[in-house]
Amino acid sequence: MEKILEVKDLQLSFHTFAGEVQAIRGVNFDLYKGETLAIVGESGSGKSVTTKAIMRLLPESSSEFKNGQILFNGRDLTKLSDKEMQNIRGKDISMIFQDPMTSLNPTMPIGRQITEPLLKHQKVGKAEAQKIAIDLLRMVGMPKPEMRMKQYPHQFSGGQRQRIVIAIALACNPQILIADEPTTALDVTIQAQILELMKDLQKKIDTSIIFITHDLGVVANVADRVAVMYGGRIVEIGTVDEIFYNPQHPYTWGLLSSMPSLDTTEEKLYAIPGTPPDLLDPPKGDAFALRSEYALAIDLEQAPPVFQVSDTHFAATWLLHPDAPQVEPPLSIIERMKKFPGSRYYEGVRADG
Amino acid sequence: MAEKLLEIKNLKQYFNQGKANEVRAVDDISFDIYKGETLGLVGESGCGKSTTGRSIIRLYNATSGEVTYDGVNVHGKKSKSELKIFNRKMQMIFQDPYASLNPRMKVLDIIAEGLDIHGLTKSPKERKERVHQLLETVGLNKEHANRYPHEFSGGQRQRLGIARALAVDPEFIIADEPISALDVSIQAQVVNLLKELQEEKGLTYLFIAHDLSMVKYISDRIGVMYFGKLVELAPAEELYNNPLHPYTQSLLSAIPLPDPNYERTRVRKSYDPASHNYKDGEEIAMREVTPGHFVFCSEREFESIKLTSAARV
Repeated sequence: MEKILEVKDLQLSFHTFAGEVQAIRGVNFDLYKGETLAIVGESGSGKSVTTKAIMRLLPESSSEFKNGQILFNGRDLTKLSDKEMQNIRGKDISMIFQDPMTSLNPTMPIGRQITEPLLKHQKVGKAEAQKIAIDLLRMVGMPKPEMRMKQYPHQFSGGQRQRIVIAIALACNPQILIADEPTTALDVTIQAQILELMKDLQKKIDTSIIFITHDLGVVANVADRVAVMYGGRIVEIGTVDEIFYNPQHPYTWGLLSSMPSLDTTEEKLYAIPGTPPDLLDPPKGDAFALRSEYALAIDLEQAPPVFQVSDTHFAATWLLHPDAPQVEPPLSIIERMKKFPGSRYYEGVRADG
Repeated sequence: MAEKLLEIKNLKQYFNQGKANEVRAVDDISFDIYKGETLGLVGESGCGKSTTGRSIIRLYNATSGEVTYDGVNVHGKKSKSELKIFNRKMQMIFQDPYASLNPRMKVLDIIAEGLDIHGLTKSPKERKERVHQLLETVGLNKEHANRYPHEFSGGQRQRLGIARALAVDPEFIIADEPISALDVSIQAQVVNLLKELQEEKGLTYLFIAHDLSMVKYISDRIGVMYFGKLVELAPAEELYNNPLHPYTQSLLSAIPLPDPNYERTRVRKSYDPASHNYKDGEEIAMREVTPGHFVFCSEREFESIKLTSAARV
């Protein structure tokens, strides 16, 4: 498949009064054409910062690229001037934010907000832009789009506002769409509608999506591949089946087991103990070691390298080292692994070796 | 079942009553809460679930209806001292752990506020000890007592909110979306804590949330609300296995589950309130389909639901 975006060993820090916060500490991933890559992790894991770095939306006064490249069709985005970046933002790469109320301008009719990127990036006249905007609104499922063009954001419900934000993001047929928790502020029923809409639109215009969320249910619904972030690094990346049915990193185990599934019957929910690491002073070894019952002595000393599990599946944990002791994952994870051909707990026909 | 702790009868909470912009946030709902159980209340935003909780605890004066706690009407006219007794028995945990703690007060004073109001401690030393004990109950330590709320993370703040609610030894706690603002890994910690406390102290919870998988996990029974009405009430397992009201079915079909295979085959149902085709004069009410399982429906629907659920068995 064709790579559209390559993030290579990205390191980024914020300068604060308390010192240097190492928000991203070496992130590597590729984004292929037409796929949806979900990035999951808790607050402070660096998922939003990664995408804001791609969009170059971080304040230049306090943030600093320490190392690495962000290659978009071969061009390094970290090196572009502000002017060059403006031509990419909203045209080739666009973004949907979490809160549709604050990402729309309350003093501007929504029609003008949708035509804005069209007038800026594409050589179209006002009348033409109006027409495209009405089509976009119709595409995202807004009834009576002609009439609603003149209305203001407060006249729409939360779900409708998010549809408008999606219409703006899609106005210039972007090659990459970054969605930063687009459904977190919405109700489950509305969330389901928006997710369906995004999947439909992706098929229509063949864009790649980076989807940030902490809701693993949503991930299972939308993602082709999943990257799990912790403490400013990607600790595990693989296809959605590999991450959900054959997870390797103890943090992924923790995340998956702390969400009750609808048939959970266990008395106690698995909770990851402790709190995320302080990136002002990141731990020396594996950032998750202090919260993990599977931590090995080496985890406290040296950060684990990335081990390859399959062609598409990588995880950064010493447990995958050939010399590491074999550990039993939590019960609920073993249940999941039973469904995955290739895992050692697979309950199905296989050639046993 | 166990004895009733709380009876809510025909509770109505209207805002801007009599004006053009009248909002019927809670529109004639009735249910009971039994001692020691957790009743979950779910529904989309604006359906009135938080308002229900707030009316029960008298943060709002109900428009009409009755809430009786242990046989005593909560909403009747009361003297200050009567109210005080009642306030001690019922406490609330709020959604936003950032907004619900006074940033200018130390943790010690935040948690002890209830103790002071009810005069539960005799000396400053005893007050301090009680706060330290409460902090330990919720998994924090006593050094935290001298800090301010901004020095805590979201999960820790929610623990402070829980400690504050527990300070006056309540019997009944209303938890209004206590985990919505927290990260997944922290949510499990708080839910486990709530469950442990319930076992230890025999607490009764009204758990309001929109995260259905968490609600199912913590609740014994679940009520589903839609537009100010309670549309279905059933034991947690029963509600998920056999949802009868079309709104409940649509809500359940919308929850994304952390299981890609399930997600690929999911069929989402949508709910159209017009599909009921209620005729004029038809009485729509909560009717008991199977023991403990109530559905808001008309007589005609009730008959057909009974037929289909009989066929299921």
